[in-house]
Formats: sequence, structure tokens, C-alpha cells
Amino acid sequence: MKIVAICGAGVGTSAILKLNAERVLDRLGISADVSASDVASVATTASDAQVILTSPELVERIPATNADIVVIDNYFDTDELERKLDEALG
Amino acid sequence: MSLPPLPDAAIDLGVHAGDWRAAVRFAGNALRRSGATRASYTDRMIQVVDEFGAYIVIAPGLALAHARPGPDVLTDGLSVVTLATPVTFGHPHNDPVSVVVGLAVATPDAHVNSVAELANVFNDPLAIPALANATSAVDVWRVLGIADAADDLAQPAL
Repeated sequence: MKIVAICGAGVGTSAILKLNAERVLDRLGISADVSASDVASVATTASDAQVILTSPELVERIPATNADIVVIDNYFDTDELERKLDEALG
Repeated sequence: MSLPPLPDAAIDLGVHAGDWRAAVRFAGNALRRSGATRASYTDRMIQVVDEFGAYIVIAPGLALAHARPGPDVLTDGLSVVTLATPVTFGHPHNDPVSVVVGLAVATPDAHVNSVAELANVFNDPLAIPALANATSAVDVWRVLGIADAADDLAQPAL
């Protein structure tokens, strides 16, 4: 299972998303490799990912992909993350 | 893992920003004042939003203003700006913004660690409203769990 968290610059908000996604996956008992990347390199970094996590603002910049795109509104709301990840992976 | 330094000079409470650009500029100026960045880093933080949109508004009321590491980052640093009147960044769910946290780090690795530390603070849903209502640097340090700085000020050496 590979999950990629995407942000604009690749060094800021995706790190928060990555950390909280790891926490939630741990809670769900799902083992996954979560990485952080930027929208410019998503085509390569997420080529074999099952799930892409990102902000509603960045969705339209993500090129066509086989991965499920999960849009997170509040990066600090682990309940929202848990609900949406559970849906995507369930 | 710890937050980048947040000196008193990098805290600006109750500022009047007319729009999101002005709000980000306050956060950039605070980073510059504290010695963390040069002025061009502020411009780059604004460019990130111009280029990618309001995704830096990562929670209701909170913008994490930042850009990639670069030569205009002199040392890792954090700034906290609260707005007298919240401003709109253009995020579909998290507007308006009342707290802007500025982040500058010199290397990508440091960035990941210090940002992760911010998650520990803001996973508490009370943290953003508490920051928005802060009236002193000591309040801000308390919310962010920077206890030592707050203690030093609260208990001056005899």
C-alpha cells in the first residue's frame, strides 16, 4: 500500500498530512508507506500509489491517475482523515 | 523533534491586514525581523499562493505561510501573526483566516521535522482559537508548548 501526500511546494503542508495520515493508518491497523511530495512531481512520485492525499485547492492540478484522490479540508482533523481514508481503502 | 525558534520579534498580534497578501507579508516581515529570513523569502511565500492557490490554509482559520528552502533563509524560524479582522484566502472550506503561521527552514529535512511538530500542536482543535485570542507572546508560546521561553519571561531572574 502506497500513499502520497501532495502540497504545492513539497516541503510544508504535505509533511503535516503525512504525519497525521500515518497516525490514522496506525489507528486503523493498516500498514502503508506514506510519503510527501509536491504537485509538480506527482506524476512520478505517485505513479504506483493507491491513494493521493491533498488539499481541495490542488486537486485540479493533479494529472490523470489510477490512484484514489482523497481531499482533506482540515489537515489537523484526524477524524476527517480517518473517515476518508477508511472510505478510500475500505 | 522540535519547533523552529519563535522569538518575541517574530510574534505580531492583532495586526490590520487588508487582504491575504498583506497577511502573508506580516508573517514574512516577522520572520525577517527575527533574523530568520531576508525580504525575498516573503515574496516567495506570496508566490506560492499565487502559483498554487490557497492550499496553505490547512485548517479553519489557519494559514501556514511558507516557501521552499533557499539562500534567503538564514536560519530556521517560525512566526505567528494574528489578524484583527480575519481575511479571505480563497479556500473553499477554511476561510476566513485569523492566524498566519510563517515557517522558514534552511534544509528540506529540517522542514519535515519541524512541520510535523506543528501537527502535534494543532491536532488540538482548541489551539487555533487560543492563538487567535492571544494577547501576548507568552500566550502564544504556551499554546505552542514553548514552555521555556514563557517561563523565562514570567519568572525573571532575581
